[in-house]
Amino acid sequence: MRLPKGGLIDRDQVVRFSFDGRHYEGLAGDTLASALLANGVRLMGRSFKYHRPRGVLTAGSEEPNALVTVGQGGRQAPNLRATMLELHEGLVARSQNAWPSLEWDLLALNDAFAPFLSAGFYYKTFMWPRSFWEKLYEPIIRRAAGLGALSGAHDSDTYEKAHVHCDLLVIGGGPAGLMAALVAARAGADVILADEDTRVGGRLNAEREDVDGKPGHAWASEVEAELAAMENVRVMTRTTVTGAYDQGSYGALERLPADVAARAGAPRECFWRIVARRAVMAAGALERPVAFAGNDRPGVMMAGAVRAYINRWAVAPGRRVAVFGNNDGAHRTAADLVAAGVHVAALVDSRPDARNDLDVPFFAGAQVCGSSGRKALEAVEIEVAPGRREKIQADCLAMSGGWNPSVHLACHMGARPEWSEEIAGFVPRDGMVPGMSAAGACAGAMSTHACLRDGAKAAQDALGELGLKAAKLPDVPDAGDAPYRIRPLWQVPGRGRAWLDFQNDVTVKDVTLAARENFRSVEHMKRYTTQGMAPDQGKNSNVGALAVLADATGRSIPETGTTTFRPPYVPVPIAAMGAGAQGQGFAPRRLTTSHAASLAMGAPMIEVGLWYRPSFFPRAGETTWRQSCDREVAHVREAVGIADVSTLGKIDIQGADAARFLDFVYTNTFSTLKVGRVRYGVMLREDGHVMDDGTTARLGEDHFVMTTTTAAAGQVMRHLEFVHQCLCPDWDVSMISVTEQWAQFAVAGPKSRDLLNGVLDMPVDGEGFPFMGCGAVTLAGVAARLFRISFSGEHAYEIAVPARYGASLFRLLVARAEEMGGGAYGMEALNVLRLEKGLLTHAELHGRTTAFDLGMERMISANKDCIGKAAAARPGLTEPDRERLVGLKPVGAVKQLTAGAHLFDEADAATRENDQGYVTSVGFSPTLGHYVGLGFLKRGSDRYGDVIRMVDHLRGVEALCEVTPPAFFDPDGGRARD
Amino acid sequence: MRISCPICGERDRREFYYQGAAVALDRPAPDAAAQAWDDYLHNRDNPAGPVREMWHHEAGCGAWLVVTRDTVTHEMLASDLASRVQEAGS
Amino acid sequence: MIELTAKSPFDGMLPLTVGALSLSEVDTGAMTALSARKGQGEALASAFKQAHGVAWPRAGRATGREGCRALWFGHVHVLLMGPPAAPALAEWAALVDQSDAWAVARLEGAGVRDVLARLTPLDLREGQFKRGRTARSEVAHMPASITRIGAQSYQVMVFRAMAGTLVEEVQTAMQGVAARAGG
Repeated sequence: MRLPKGGLIDRDQVVRFSFDGRHYEGLAGDTLASALLANGVRLMGRSFKYHRPRGVLTAGSEEPNALVTVGQGGRQAPNLRATMLELHEGLVARSQNAWPSLEWDLLALNDAFAPFLSAGFYYKTFMWPRSFWEKLYEPIIRRAAGLGALSGAHDSDTYEKAHVHCDLLVIGGGPAGLMAALVAARAGADVILADEDTRVGGRLNAEREDVDGKPGHAWASEVEAELAAMENVRVMTRTTVTGAYDQGSYGALERLPADVAARAGAPRECFWRIVARRAVMAAGALERPVAFAGNDRPGVMMAGAVRAYINRWAVAPGRRVAVFGNNDGAHRTAADLVAAGVHVAALVDSRPDARNDLDVPFFAGAQVCGSSGRKALEAVEIEVAPGRREKIQADCLAMSGGWNPSVHLACHMGARPEWSEEIAGFVPRDGMVPGMSAAGACAGAMSTHACLRDGAKAAQDALGELGLKAAKLPDVPDAGDAPYRIRPLWQVPGRGRAWLDFQNDVTVKDVTLAARENFRSVEHMKRYTTQGMAPDQGKNSNVGALAVLADATGRSIPETGTTTFRPPYVPVPIAAMGAGAQGQGFAPRRLTTSHAASLAMGAPMIEVGLWYRPSFFPRAGETTWRQSCDREVAHVREAVGIADVSTLGKIDIQGADAARFLDFVYTNTFSTLKVGRVRYGVMLREDGHVMDDGTTARLGEDHFVMTTTTAAAGQVMRHLEFVHQCLCPDWDVSMISVTEQWAQFAVAGPKSRDLLNGVLDMPVDGEGFPFMGCGAVTLAGVAARLFRISFSGEHAYEIAVPARYGASLFRLLVARAEEMGGGAYGMEALNVLRLEKGLLTHAELHGRTTAFDLGMERMISANKDCIGKAAAARPGLTEPDRERLVGLKPVGAVKQLTAGAHLFDEADAATRENDQGYVTSVGFSPTLGHYVGLGFLKRGSDRYGDVIRMVDHLRGVEALCEVTPPAFFDPDGGRARD
Repeated sequence: MRISCPICGERDRREFYYQGAAVALDRPAPDAAAQAWDDYLHNRDNPAGPVREMWHHEAGCGAWLVVTRDTVTHEMLASDLASRVQEAGS
Repeated sequence: MIELTAKSPFDGMLPLTVGALSLSEVDTGAMTALSARKGQGEALASAFKQAHGVAWPRAGRATGREGCRALWFGHVHVLLMGPPAAPALAEWAALVDQSDAWAVARLEGAGVRDVLARLTPLDLREGQFKRGRTARSEVAHMPASITRIGAQSYQVMVFRAMAGTLVEEVQTAMQGVAARAGG
């Protein structure tokens, strides 16, 4: 029911929305919760386990009951708190966890079975038969329990993530936070003020209280305006700081207003990573319920929330409101109700010595011990004196068990808060999060003036630590400074279920049962009862449950322990944390200069690291990739093929000690390499296993260019830098990646020289460019590098031009090759060509193979040290029984080989203990007319000619293979040298 | 998590590559005993408290660093260039 | 006679304008990475100044101006952008041509720092990253160089092969920023 006046709402701006298919009107400034209350809707959700009808309990992000789903399909967002959902035109919200409807929920039957559904019910009941769990019990339980659901569609909303840096982060924009931000900002610090509400002010927006002689919310607005006008301040409303992390890092979730989020390109939410030199946590406090029988009935609300609905949203949560508390807040609530013209049915104060100066029915030393009503509260039962009960009609009960300081963020790095007897709550200790201090209610300051003082002081301290000084001692405005008087009251004894955790349906009885069954540790109790494990993470229930557990185990609260608070403070959509990483945004795409031409030729792309490379180039009439691949292999073997090899890592290495450096990182010797020549090298990790291989060309006496495999380029660069900076920093070596500078193409096949001589400004011959020669050439006046190297076993070259000419040169080379009966070849053909020659890729250099395994032990020079040499010589890495590289070719009825298959002796069962090795790469060789494979086989190099059984358990393929040397084609390499 | 680079200042952890214990700086002589190589390559303490580690400012300036941090408090205690540490003969 | 045609890294993908923000390609001329030979740092710095008229930049700094700019480019490297490096510098430095290795763009306009905040973890606050400052960092997970060249203007460089991803990522960030600004 909307009150006739007051509230921080715009009465001229009507906002239409719907809830569960019914249409309503609210006002600008409403939340969904306040608008529903204004429309008299009190049933907003069903509980998790018992499907009990529930109404809104709070007015903030801790709301456990009023969870709704908005949006459809890919935009469906479940479990949104109606208390945080800004009302906007056209909002469509639905209730959750109810079927067929919120009003008539069939699973409310669970509630009738509640005596059987106590803590540990699932653990005890669904123990056997074991096989029933996965197929029967779990699916049923999952369907029955739970909150909102995702649609299953791809999330089509836009999310953002961003970084921001500041001197001082102020977490929370209530009186303490505003004061802290103001003091720091005036002193010139870069300040971020983050608050999860739509406006700053915190409780000032919800109370009838003056600050500096004006209404608290007006003072807050003035401070906000001053802050917003300062260049060194960023006020971030709708932004919840969700976590505190190392070195002053904080996570924060910003929800954009619906009208902004609806604009093209605008995100729905932004996940901020805030780096702050200092932080002031001014997160306020959360009011806690009292556990009495039936305290979950719609209409039972927190007293502070009732004040917020009245004062901020001008909504009366009921016509006849009862108030129940153990602190002065109850009286404040009753006063606000009276001032708003709402009938106060009773003011119940559990403190026997409480006094009342309001004209309302007053019960001191009394407790609310029960409630009644069908789907909403109709009456409360009051134990006015021991054994004497009175029933009072009320459709709303405002309850207050006191306030829990919001210490959550302070605990995120593992520290524990301490118990304050004075306020009967946990408060932060100093230094729980390095660089962060606490101020205001979250630190136990319970009056507005105390919060203002605390905020100013926290800012001053932070300024001192930042080396900035506040101009003068800040004036703290006048504000209420009444003491906070509380007498702890956690539970009201009596029959019936008294709720602690509304969101996860945990009652006092569940916790005492846990204690009886010896789950006395708070961590055990939580896991046994599931208390505190729902989306609200126990914000409303942790301290209450702890107090009940303490009582049940005869210990004090501090003896019983504290709960652990972990990030995030509020649920954060994974979509926001991973913003931009959907689809192609998952990783940067690295495209070669020939990419567009390859696509134009119809080549499917495969990813190699971040690079995209063409698999094959289909031609008219080819219906399978194999047809294209076989043709491309034949082009290279018989004419000339062109492949883009720009993705291989290229590292320019210069310096007086460059040759010495290469000798150190490669197993073989490069200092003896002549200028204008190229050598194949193998590089080990220090543990003796092969890291990478490739060719290195000597361009000058002190100048080399190293080639790495595509996959290992980054790793090799890092390794070389490590070796230089950490092991030989005094050597004159300098290196830099030139991978991106050059577009490099393989020109391979018997007609490769003819092709090149048609495009080079000066023709080359076997004398100027012998096998493994290199040098500078020009084409069309463009300076290029030519290397006579081969990864196919054919007479071949690689030509490198500055990348700007790559696209142009690729088209030219492919056109020329096609004229000569060849063409472009892709990764599939490249793989077959190298397999026919027994050349290696990272399928073989997979990190667990040694030079010995690869048959390259003689490449480890005896005359010098190198990285990995000592370890490679260890007995275990050279024992004859190791799996060593072999070639495999099918010789039985099955002609197919598969990579990943394992090898067994013919007579043995194909079981793990008989394993003899495995297959790493396979391909069909059109040149040889059969499959060829590479693999590792125990004592492999001694077993050439043997027949071995290949078994692929996964694909169900089994074949007999002959063990051969790795090189199948042209084993003595004559073709490349021609 | 943020790491101080002696060249670039304090930077986000994502710019860095983590390698492992700073024992990597103390490469044994080629002919050192097997135990020395074993210790260099494989044997690591797992202390609760300060540790010296190798980090590479890979997406930043490219320098290799020796970073000292506390595994209990996560405090960053010191950071230096690996080349400087090595040339100083530590 | 054959002919080779040159393509720029962004090859028609730029300029890109969203509201007040724009991303445009910069033709920097030649780019050469220089690193001093062992013990030649000071000699190189003065020879460099003499040859090109701009100071050898300290860590995190850029010297010179459009047309001849020297960027600190890593723990041992400086990138000369504009004229080809004087060959005589090879006496003190390793010179490596990088003219084709990087895609260079200028990102500018009101809100430019908000765009960069969505792309890089760098602290680009006014007081922390003034004109003439440069950094190596990440932009949308890509290795990058970022240089402040004006009040609302930054030079952003990524690997040439990643030019397309840079355009996509900057566009998304720009749209987000422009939409908040009311666009």
